Amino acid sequence: MRRALFIAAGAVLAWGLAGCGEKPTATVYKQGQYQGKPDKQPWDNDQFKGDRVAWEQQIKRRNDGQNEYARATPSAN
Amino acid sequence: MARMKFLCDAERCIECNGCVTACKQEHEIPWGVNRRRVVTLNDGVPGEKSISVACMHCSDAPCMAVCPVDCFYKTSEGVVLHDKDLCIGCGYCFYACPFGAPQFPQDGAFGLRGKMDKCTFCAGGPELDFSAAEFRKYGRNRLAEGKLPACAEMCSTKALLGGDSDVISDIYRNRVLKRGKGSEVWGWGTAYGKPEQKPAAQPGATKS
Repeated sequence: MRRALFIAAGAVLAWGLAGCGEKPTATVYKQGQYQGKPDKQPWDNDQFKGDRVAWEQQIKRRNDGQNEYARATPSAN
Repeated sequence: MARMKFLCDAERCIECNGCVTACKQEHEIPWGVNRRRVVTLNDGVPGEKSISVACMHCSDAPCMAVCPVDCFYKTSEGVVLHDKDLCIGCGYCFYACPFGAPQFPQDGAFGLRGKMDKCTFCAGGPELDFSAAEFRKYGRNRLAEGKLPACAEMCSTKALLGGDSDVISDIYRNRVLKRGKGSEVWGWGTAYGKPEQKPAAQPGATKS
């Protein structure tokens, strides 16, 4: 009888502790490696002829053009 | 050059859909595909707010992480692009994207899903710059022409800003200081709140 009780208690204990061994199920995303065709830099074309500085200046001018506070400066008078 | 970002000022957007039209016209986007759209919250209620939404070219783009064929890459300017020749149209990127940016045109009969299409920040794709193939697959490459995205440049109220993150952040900060309200930039934290994730470079690839 006692033996049966010990076995039953051991089984309950093992069943209760089984929950502690649960593995995390949250996905960990890993960045893959691009498998497609290579692309050129935006300044590597006939217009800019590889001149990165010229391209950046052009983009900066366009960037600043979005600031209407700088475009429409209030007059002094 | 810092990285390229989009910023939409909800205090200024008047839901004119000029950005949507500019994008459609610039890239000759087919019917049923919307690379950019305007979303209005509390539509019809006084105080409603609108924002223009497209691919935000996230710092740590979830689309890049979930793509089973690894067709995404990030340019040195931080623009997230993809190779349509590799895309299998599985739609994983659509489920991963917090902005609903990936679009799938109908391809063939029975409503088959075509290859994914999304905003390219007007930077074309992995084809020869200004070629017919690039235009057909990805649209016009304005960045290689020294121009910014058509949607931002066409915005009549300058609610939508696109370009170098340092510059557009400064423009927005100045606005908020002058008007004294509306400092919340919706989607900014979701898109750019994580550290910049750079995938391992593919041998021979100059943009990665």
